[in-house]
Parts: sequence; structure tokens; C-alpha cells
Amino acid sequence: MNLAWRDVRHNLFRFVLTCLGLSLLMAVVLAMIGIYNGLVADALNIVKAPQVDLWVVESGTQGPFAEASKIPGSTRDAVARLHGVAEAGSIAYQTVEASDAGRPLRLYVIGYEPGHPGGPLTIAEGRGITQTHFELVADRKSGLGVGDVIGLGRDSFAVVGLVENTMNSGGDPAVFITLSDAQTLQSQLAPPAQRVQTARGAGLLESADTVAAVIARLEPTADPLDVASTVRQWKHLGALTQHEQETILIGSVVDRAKRQIGLFLAILLTVSAVVIALIIYTMTMEKLKQIATLKLIGAPDRTIVGLIVQQSLALGMVGWSFGLVLILLIKDYFPRRVVLEPVNAAALAGIIIVVCIAASGLGVRAALKVDPATAIGG
Amino acid sequence: MDPLRQPLIEIAGVSKHFGEGETRVDALRNIELTVRRGEVVALLGPSGSGKTTLLNIVGCIIDPTEGRVTLDGELVYDNRWLRGDLRRLRLDKIGFIFQFHNLLPFLNARDNVALVLSLAGRPAAEAQARAAELLDYLEVGHRAAAMPALLSGGEAQRVAIARALANSPRIILADEPTAALDSKRAGIVMDLLRKLAAEQDACIVAVTHDEKIYDRFDRLFHLRDGVLENEKGEET
Repeated sequence: MNLAWRDVRHNLFRFVLTCLGLSLLMAVVLAMIGIYNGLVADALNIVKAPQVDLWVVESGTQGPFAEASKIPGSTRDAVARLHGVAEAGSIAYQTVEASDAGRPLRLYVIGYEPGHPGGPLTIAEGRGITQTHFELVADRKSGLGVGDVIGLGRDSFAVVGLVENTMNSGGDPAVFITLSDAQTLQSQLAPPAQRVQTARGAGLLESADTVAAVIARLEPTADPLDVASTVRQWKHLGALTQHEQETILIGSVVDRAKRQIGLFLAILLTVSAVVIALIIYTMTMEKLKQIATLKLIGAPDRTIVGLIVQQSLALGMVGWSFGLVLILLIKDYFPRRVVLEPVNAAALAGIIIVVCIAASGLGVRAALKVDPATAIGG
Repeated sequence: MDPLRQPLIEIAGVSKHFGEGETRVDALRNIELTVRRGEVVALLGPSGSGKTTLLNIVGCIIDPTEGRVTLDGELVYDNRWLRGDLRRLRLDKIGFIFQFHNLLPFLNARDNVALVLSLAGRPAAEAQARAAELLDYLEVGHRAAAMPALLSGGEAQRVAIARALANSPRIILADEPTAALDSKRAGIVMDLLRKLAAEQDACIVAVTHDEKIYDRFDRLFHLRDGVLENEKGEET
């Protein structure tokens, strides 16, 4: 005879209400985990999207995502000729503030060379860029649709295709344009002082044909570390393997957000533990007379401990389940991606089990201290 | 000695005090009491006289400061007894009936009775069958599926009696068993307890203030300031 279940069934309405309250807390915890995963996934998406093995960047920098990198556009030809390199492409990154039908739109502009690595791999709707100028492929989260026209800098771009899940670590949706358009956009958006310098002729020394990085796909037999080492022999260039680039991104760009969310998660879990402990303690205190009666009629301590711990676990697990269902239902309405992996939900379940057992300690302690004599009047 | 008149409860020189020094309270003083099989005895006395303390000592809930307590031939409260052993002794040999029945509100009448049998290790089906049998015997079988909140006072007390009898205990301790009942139902419950004591070779010790049922007891004992006196006012 399972006393915990019988007691829950007897007070089912109150139990369900309590679980619902707890599930909101669980949903927030899961949302935070999902937001963090989304942050990392978005950041890595941009790095992984070109599906390359090597990133050639400005010497002494950590690539185009962690800090500014500017190298000559001609670098691509030099890299493409290296032993072990199958193909290479130049790429430029820039964040711009545009306007779409009166609403401000922050976009992460990726300039690439059509026919070379760096462009969108899968087009969800429409087509890829086929013209040299003024075509654009946008992430669906930007709110743009195929056929829309949007102004970037002084030029207007037609949206010809849509991609999905392509955002930077800040959550800005990406748009792809040709490298030459991106370079023009960069010069158009330069600060007024730069334009003044250019007008005076000082800027003429600086070539407009600069890119953020050159990316390369290697032959299957080539070792990325060897090729990177070769590139570094050109003193003005640095090289990062794909793995190094991802590590830098996670380690530096996403690190602070990760710690922030991690701390918030710890606070939420502590609050959950306190809430569960209080609920279980209150439920136990309401049952002191019944516990005294159970002890008096000869129930062993393990029966009483089982009653409390099982109810605590049921509360946690039902709260977790409701919370999981809730977050799965609403996650697509978040402005940023919420990515929940089964392992996250399973890890939270494990944590909740530990929290419930620990939280029920207070109730168990109170129950074990109950004197069976209190069941007898006087 | 007639085996049917063997003592089930033997209390010899039992004293109990709480606190020390100026705060010391002598709840029981040198109590001598023997209750035999089939006997139904009452403990009377004003509030604070030590009735509940004596019931708790016989019920293996608190230990005496001095003296010997023998229950169904077993000397308890010596160094051999652990807390778990006393719990087991309560489960096997002692049945409790409370003033307000103390049925678990989340179990129906049958499960309240079956619980005691389950705790004693009886299989679920056997426990349920025995519980149903006891409820039928106490004429509340038709209310077996009812939750305690839906039972009348008399029905709830009968279910509580069925629970107390579930493990066929030798000793039944009752705390104001008729206090929550009207005089007619109180008489019926007491007659039932007398019948059960006779049929099951058990003894019943009841704490009561209910004068209307005094005639249902074989012996009456008065507790005054922790001293036990028989119906003639003589110290036991």
C-alpha cells in the first residue's frame, strides 16, 4: 500500500496546483538552459555554416568573431594555391542597423564570394544569390520575405532567398550578400571622419579590397595544423583551425553570457530547492497527527520517510514534466532561439531528484521527531 | 493458575517523573497493576493525574523511570529492548483505540484496517480480506469503501476498533473510546469491546471520564496525583 500516492490522490487538486506552480519555475529553468544553448548554437552556427577547415585572419588577432580582423582580399588566391587546400573564399562580417517598413532591423551582414566557401549551404525558401550585386539571402528570423527590398547603406537589396537558424552570438539574424557589395557597404558606413580622410586623399593608401578572413576547405588527406603552420609563416597572417575558432568563440565571446546564465540558473535551482523544501515541510506539518498515529500503530521509520520523500519526488517530477511540456510549447515564441537537448532535460531531472531528496530532509527530520504519544489525547 | 486467567499486563513498582530538581514532576508513583486475559479495566482520574502517562508506558511509547513492566509474559524496557523492538511489540501485541478514532484521512475504511496488517508483513490480498472480515464483524462492512470524512462518529469508531484488532493483539489500550459518542452508541461500543476481549483472549485498559459506562468494566482504578487506587480507594 503506497501511502504517498494515496495521500496525493486524496488531495489531488491541491497537489496539481502545487505542481503547476513548481512547473512554472521549472519552465524558467529550462528556458534559461535553452537560451544559453541557443546562444552557443547561434554563435557556432556562424562559424560552422561555411563548413571549412581553416580560417586565415590578420596576424595577432583571434579571428573575425572575437576581434576585428582585416587582411587583403588577394590573400584568397595565395591560400588557394597552398598544398592541401581544396578551395578558399574571402569573407567579410559586419553588423548594420537597417530599416524595414519603418521598423529598425539589426542585421549581421556576411559578404562572400559566390562559387567559393562562405555562402549559405541550404536555402529554405527562394534561391541563392546569382547576380553580382544587390541580391540578398536573409535568415527567416529577420522577418524579411522573398521579394522584399531592403536598403543597406546607400543601396537597395532584393531578398531572393531565406535561410534558417543563422544568427550571430548577439542574436542578430544574418543576411548574405556578395563580398563586393559587403566591401562597398563597409566603405559607405565608415565614420564621417574616415570619409573626410578619404576626401583629403589620406585614405587612398588603404585598399578597399580588404576582407575579414579567408576560409579554406582542405583536401581529405591534409592536416589542418600543418596548413595553419604554413600560413603563419607569412608574418602578416594568422591561421586558426575550425576547432580553434570554435574554442575561441565559446571561450571568449560566449563566456560571459555563459557565466551570467549559469549563475542565474544556480539561483533558480536554489529557489526551487527552497520552494520544494517549504512545500514538503508544510505538507509534513499538516500530517503530524497522522504520522504520530502511524508510529503508534507500529509503522517503521522507513514507511514515514518513504511517505515524505516519495511525495517530494512526485512533486519535483510532475513539476519538471509540466515545465518541460510548457517550455516545449512556447519556446518558438521567444525572440531568441531556445535550444533544448534531451540531455539538458535529463540533467535537470537528475538535479531535481537530488534537490527533492535534499529538500525533503527538513520534513523527514520533523516527522522523525514526532512523538507517537501525541496521537493519544492529553 | 487457570491459563485463561493468566496476566497479560503486570506492572510492578513503576514510577515516572519528568524533569529534575525544582522542575521535577512525579507523574506516576510506585504503580502496581495486573490485568488478566478477558478483563476490561478502566483508568479514572482528573486531568493531569497520570492516566495518559500510564497508558503510554503500557503502550511501549515512553519508558518508566523505575519498575518493571511485563506484557504477555515479556519483560519490556530492560536493556535488551531497542526502539525498533518496542515498535514491533506494539504492532504485534497492542491495539490502540483513540478518542477521535485517528483514522488516516487518505485511506478508506478497509485500507485503514488493512494498513496495520500490511505493516506486519501480511500479503496485500490477505490483508484486504481480513480487513473486510473485521469490518463485517463490527457491522460496518457496507462502509468499507468510504473515506473517514464520510463516516459517522459511531462508524468511524467501529472502523478504529477493527484497526486495533487487525493483528489480533493481546492488549487493547483505549483512550476515551466513547468520548465522541452519544450514550447509546457509547454503550454499544463498550459492549462490543467486552465481547471482543472475551472472544480474543485479550484484555482492555481504557482511560475514561464517561460515568455512564462505568458498569461495563470489570474493575475501576483511580489515579490521583500519580498514585493508583482501586475502587475501594485503597492504594494498589
